[in-house]
Amino acid sequence: MYARTIPIVPAVRSGQGSKDASFEYLTTRKDELIGWARKFSIFPYPFVTACCAMEFMAVSASPYDTDRFGAALPRFSPRQADLLMVVGTVTHKQAPVLLRVYEQMCEPKWVMAFGVCATSGGFYQNYAALPGIDRVIPVDIYIPGCPPRPEMVIDGIMQLQDRIARSSHPILTKDF
Amino acid sequence: MPAPIFDTLQQELVPTSGPAVVSHGVLVFVLTPAELLPTARRLRDAFGFDVFLDVTAVDWLGQVPRFEVVHHFYSTRHTLRVRLKTRVAEADPGVDSLLPLYGSAAFMERECHDMYGIRFHGNADLRPILLYEGFVGHPLRKDYSKTHEQPLVPYRN
Amino acid sequence: MNRPAMDTPPVSPIRNPVRSIFETTQRDDSVIVSIGPSHPATHGTVQIIAELDGERVLRTDVHCGYLHRGFEKECEDHTWHNLIPYVDRLNYVSALINDFAYCGAVETLMDVQITPRCRYLRTLLSEYSRLVDHLTCLAAGLMELGAMTAFLYLVMVRDFMYEHLAALTGARVTYTYGRIGGLARDLPEGWLVRMEEILKQYEEFIARVHALVDRNRIFIDRMRNVGVISTANALSYGYTGVILRSTGVPRDLRRDTPYLAYAELDFDIPVGIMGDNYDRYFVRMREMDESVYMMRQLSEILQSPAAAGPINVDDRRCTFPDKPLVYTEIESLINHFKLVMDGPVVPAGEVYLAHEAPNGELGFYLVSTGGGVPYKVHCRAPSFVHMGGVHLMLNGGQLADIVPTFGSINMIGGECDR
Repeated sequence: MYARTIPIVPAVRSGQGSKDASFEYLTTRKDELIGWARKFSIFPYPFVTACCAMEFMAVSASPYDTDRFGAALPRFSPRQADLLMVVGTVTHKQAPVLLRVYEQMCEPKWVMAFGVCATSGGFYQNYAALPGIDRVIPVDIYIPGCPPRPEMVIDGIMQLQDRIARSSHPILTKDF
Repeated sequence: MPAPIFDTLQQELVPTSGPAVVSHGVLVFVLTPAELLPTARRLRDAFGFDVFLDVTAVDWLGQVPRFEVVHHFYSTRHTLRVRLKTRVAEADPGVDSLLPLYGSAAFMERECHDMYGIRFHGNADLRPILLYEGFVGHPLRKDYSKTHEQPLVPYRN
Repeated sequence: MNRPAMDTPPVSPIRNPVRSIFETTQRDDSVIVSIGPSHPATHGTVQIIAELDGERVLRTDVHCGYLHRGFEKECEDHTWHNLIPYVDRLNYVSALINDFAYCGAVETLMDVQITPRCRYLRTLLSEYSRLVDHLTCLAAGLMELGAMTAFLYLVMVRDFMYEHLAALTGARVTYTYGRIGGLARDLPEGWLVRMEEILKQYEEFIARVHALVDRNRIFIDRMRNVGVISTANALSYGYTGVILRSTGVPRDLRRDTPYLAYAELDFDIPVGIMGDNYDRYFVRMREMDESVYMMRQLSEILQSPAAAGPINVDDRRCTFPDKPLVYTEIESLINHFKLVMDGPVVPAGEVYLAHEAPNGELGFYLVSTGGGVPYKVHCRAPSFVHMGGVHLMLNGGQLADIVPTFGSINMIGGECDR
């Protein structure tokens, strides 16, 4: 699987002129601008299944507001969303559905595993529960907790925002 | 405090194995598979047990017959519960379906079939309800290992 | 056009987890769609395969089980005490009621009498959980109709309750607070005072929601005469709880088969008229008010001498000894060791005990063969039984009516699929 968001690696150049340096400067600034825009306008797809949904509702509502982070407006169509929040246990029966939703999302997309059941299966280590969604889709941020307190969720969102801000946002990807 | 309806039931509905006993507030009948549907029908029509609460099974691995199918009923009129227990063998684990009597039997019998493999004669729709198409085996049987997974999506790693 | 052929991605070999009961349409102008399971209206875990004639629903095939987490199989691997966290996560919106129903069933089987203080406190917390459950159901239901303000009001009140319960139990949503023979800990200082403050705020917020929604033309149009179920169908399909009461049948386990301290409390049973969505909404609103009334009565009782005493019954078979004793006395040490490693020994037998959960009759059927590990723990989940009859409410209605109808049934995935 190729990386969807590529971390910025400082280019090692020897004896090049200022032309390359200024190009680097512009692309870095472009990445920072796009990163800033993307991190503050996250459209989550709440793939909500179980008990963590209660904390998801709590974190989206007034006392702990995700709207402050620009991450409140859920998009219930994967085509229009960029953050797949997997909230709650994913069972083997639900796994094809999860994979299909993930595949329908467009780049750039990030995945958040909300709760221990999504992270590792939680304490359901049996025939029915998927032992962590990273068995079927790549995950960017894991938020443990059963269910996690809203402050933990916000911490997770902020760390994901840092990651989005720091990563490279190519305008032309290798698929074009 | 024995309820009068329990006395009536103990006198009127006597299955072949003997009269019913009261266990922790619930009247328990032990029946043969053939007596199940007529008894349930009498309970509903003559004695007012109008809510079919639950059907489940217990796997007595090592005993013969192996499975015990347990039905629970509730009467809104008498506010009392009744339990019917039936033993079925492993080779042909089947009982009559209560679908002609109660609509709730549809989903509950599907679950019992899913988990234990009990067949309900008269319920044509025994598709998996809690498990999925392609799942082999009946997980709540004692010889099914708890961690034996059958993933639908191949793992990435 | 000399464009090189693009690499076609391989066809996904993933099998469909369900098989619909109808594959072809009954008429040539109808279409079969799959609503869910990842859908906000179906709470993420139910798939409704519906045949539609335009916007009208002709027939539906409801599939649940997407959240089957193997609760019963897990329970057979844990001691009677260790499986309480799993029980919590059945109906996760009113987790305390699951705890108390399960612990009550084990106590019945062990013939353990809980103390009066524990009884009153369990009743109080059951009603508290009922409040939280109804608040969540109404908040989600109203949000799905578009009433975002009501959602925010109700979730704000619910959040106060979560923090308050976290002060008592340590957790906001799933508490693991019930113990066999009692509770995990007693009330902290000032807990009942804060409870009264929250109840006053609850009344203020509920008054606002009533004002916004009750006589709102749009709300009435979307909820009145929608999702109707008759009493006969409700009884035949095993409906209990709010849905049965919304059809006009005043049956409530708290009144009919009183358990805990309900026999000593004064409360009404609200019933509906015709079993539609509006009735279920209103029955829930009124039940919340009754719960608040009961909680105030219990708060007074808890501060009176009638509820003085220990919270855990003094029975070595199930109650953990105090930690200072465990560290100093050999008997308590061994007792603690046996309770942790082997679990509380429950005599052989079986029991079915049901409590009135916010969804209906929540029953636990336990089978014990003696020993500290259960032979079978079965949960009679009201949501699962209700799913069996939901097609009656959906067929013949509009596609858009699926949303409020499903919301008014309060299907909780953890309980439905166990």
